[in-house]
Amino acid sequence: MNDMTQPELMHGHHGPARGITRWIYTTNHKDIGTLYLWFSFAMFLIGGCMALVIRSELFQPGLQLVQPEFFNQMTTMHGLIMVFGAVMPAFVGLANWMIPLMVGAPDMALPRMNNLSFWILPFAFAMLLSTLLMEGGGPNFGWTFYAPLSTTYAPPSVTFFIFSVHMMGISSIMGAINVIATILNMRAPGMTMMKMPLFVWTWLITAFLLIAVMPVLAGVITMMLMDIHFGTSFFDAGGGGDPVLFQHLFWFFGHPEVYIMILPAFGIISHIVPTFSRKRLFGYASMVYATASIALLSFVVWAHHMFTVGLPLAGELFFMYSTMLIAVPTGVKVFNWISTMFRGAISFETPMLFAIGFIVLFTIGGFSGLMLAISPADFQYHDTYFVVAHFHYVLVPGAVFSIIAGAYYWLPKWTGHMYDERLGQWHFWLSMVGVNLTFFPMHFIGLAGMPRRIPDYALQFADFNMIASIGGFLFGFSQLLFLYIVIKCVKGGQKAEDKPWEGAEGLEWQVASPAPYHTFAQPPRID
Amino acid sequence: MKDQNPHKTTVSKLVLATLGMFLFGFLLVPLYDVFCDITGLNGKVSNTAYVEKEGFTIDPNRKVTVQFLTNTNANMNWLFEAEARSIQVHPGELTRVSFSVVNPSLKRMTAQAVPSVSPSEGAEYLLKTQCFCFEQQELNPGASQQMTLLFRVDPQLPDHISTLTLAYTLFDISSTRPVSSIAERPGTYSGFPAATDSLFTSQSLLISHAQTLRLAGGY
Ligand code: HEM
Ligand SMILES: [Cu+2]
Repeated sequence: MNDMTQPELMHGHHGPARGITRWIYTTNHKDIGTLYLWFSFAMFLIGGCMALVIRSELFQPGLQLVQPEFFNQMTTMHGLIMVFGAVMPAFVGLANWMIPLMVGAPDMALPRMNNLSFWILPFAFAMLLSTLLMEGGGPNFGWTFYAPLSTTYAPPSVTFFIFSVHMMGISSIMGAINVIATILNMRAPGMTMMKMPLFVWTWLITAFLLIAVMPVLAGVITMMLMDIHFGTSFFDAGGGGDPVLFQHLFWFFGHPEVYIMILPAFGIISHIVPTFSRKRLFGYASMVYATASIALLSFVVWAHHMFTVGLPLAGELFFMYSTMLIAVPTGVKVFNWISTMFRGAISFETPMLFAIGFIVLFTIGGFSGLMLAISPADFQYHDTYFVVAHFHYVLVPGAVFSIIAGAYYWLPKWTGHMYDERLGQWHFWLSMVGVNLTFFPMHFIGLAGMPRRIPDYALQFADFNMIASIGGFLFGFSQLLFLYIVIKCVKGGQKAEDKPWEGAEGLEWQVASPAPYHTFAQPPRID
Repeated sequence: MKDQNPHKTTVSKLVLATLGMFLFGFLLVPLYDVFCDITGLNGKVSNTAYVEKEGFTIDPNRKVTVQFLTNTNANMNWLFEAEARSIQVHPGELTRVSFSVVNPSLKRMTAQAVPSVSPSEGAEYLLKTQCFCFEQQELNPGASQQMTLLFRVDPQLPDHISTLTLAYTLFDISSTRPVSSIAERPGTYSGFPAATDSLFTSQSLLISHAQTLRLAGGY
């Protein structure tokens, strides 16, 4: 461990190395953050293309474009890539860039491990994507890979799927260890825990969630591997195992996982809203406690994904009420953001637009979550498009909007240039319309009974599906505009001040724009 | 920063926590089973013979209906039947039921029957002193066999339960390694699952047994 941070110290204050080796060997938190963010964007586009394959097929009833087998591979890969390839790495990228800047540390605690945890990812996803070309096709059992679909009935490529998920897990765990060590040990003198910016707080809690549940995921896929290749029967009823056990284990990981994808988003929004309201965040301490209680509660609600497997009545009730309980701390957060805006001198730059979009649409997702949490109702809603609508509302205008908002917010700090505000506004409005056109109708077709993960559907669902498909293409292509805006901002543009946003607070705005390659070699003092 | 020790302790704690959670994941497997065993949830029933304690008073005034379902798993082609679909017993009375299997295929096969009781609340009151499900069945092509179940209904059975359903699912386990006892195989654990898959489990608990029968293909 000793030598891990030494090279950084010896480098002193010169700039980055030149050429491609800069990126391969880099141990600089800003470089690695940038790598993570670009990687995540690439995955976002690849996963997005798969989503558009799905939406094209669903444009009309009947089978037009793809075979059902391939359709299943698309839904599976889309989910896996968006969750593990787009959303999670994007947050890790933001953490790498911003946490050292926010706590006044010169770098992450373990820079070499940082390099490794990033560079595992391209290999993991190359392996995952390569399964699409293998005999029998790629994973086709849904991103939740329920056994026995993913064991007894899986395509041969499932082994590669297992290994790539193992690699992603190892990468996330290393990232989490790094984040925790940085936050706990490297804060500038005077920065007590309750003075930490909320993005740091939410990431600290997220990192603990990662440490707690990624190993369980690793355990589940190891059991799958053993069932498939070594003759065990963890999930095979014929040998004394139990497929329902798979679901318990998966969702023990899975539900905290969805909070892994949203807690850092809460942090980002808690920075942007006060900045553009020119007020302090309302209820800082309650935000911290709400985040912590959401994280704790997330361990006792997993079976709300399994209401229909035949839980005993007591189980149905317990998981129903515990799930509803989560809405309380979540509500506290929404309340705090709104109170922050209340009577503020609000201006609507792009980051703020995305943040407000987040608050409104995420809340809709929370409400549909509450509907799903009502166990008797869930018997009707389960495995329909209503669930699809729910989780896309919390993940797309939730997690993804917050990432985009964060990117606009910190782009001036990263690049030293202001992004094109006019195009940013266009990007927001196109995304906003696209997202709602895509996912709002799914509530209706879901309530009307359209099952999810099916390439064909009954005629009465046709109109709403067509609307959703049009919305999907609109949203998808709007993201190319985002790509253009980012590239344009990297290349040039109006010079950004050190603190480009009038109401912004925090150490990251005390360093120059663009942030120098090395910052806070001398820790700042905080009082 | 000069002092690397804080990182060292933090990181080693976190690595330990990670390994601990990995093990915990595996620990959940037996825990799940013990939990289901104790609570009788999931219709799990014991996979060892009930050891008779004397002093069962037969309750002549009460009658309990016991239904038998015989299902075969997806790829299992054996014919599997109970001699009666449903019988009435007095609690405490020792009852024998015979099941028959035929292997209509052209190869020697091994089968394992996996039991499940509904309602799950009643699982612990169905006491099997002898059951073919405690063993595996091996049959030559075309061969058939009678199999015995000996059971009692515990007189303690709660009053509101008047019907118990014992469902067996027969699995083809010829391809898995030849082993003497299911409980000794790696990765398995004592106790049996409720049914062949989650869909079926939920159905059997949610809807009447007659419907379950129809859904399962009946016999
Ligand atoms: C108030 C908060 C929430 C409640 C009460 C809630 C409740 C639920 C319930 C009951 C389900 C299961 C529906 C079914 O399968 O029948 C579900 C599914 C899901 N939720 Fe939530 N949820 C909440 C917030 C979130 C958040 C914040 C995220 C992620 C950022 C999320 C992501 C998901 C996902 C991905 C699924 C679907 C998993 C799948 O089957 O593929 N939820 N939610
Ligand atoms: Cu959940």
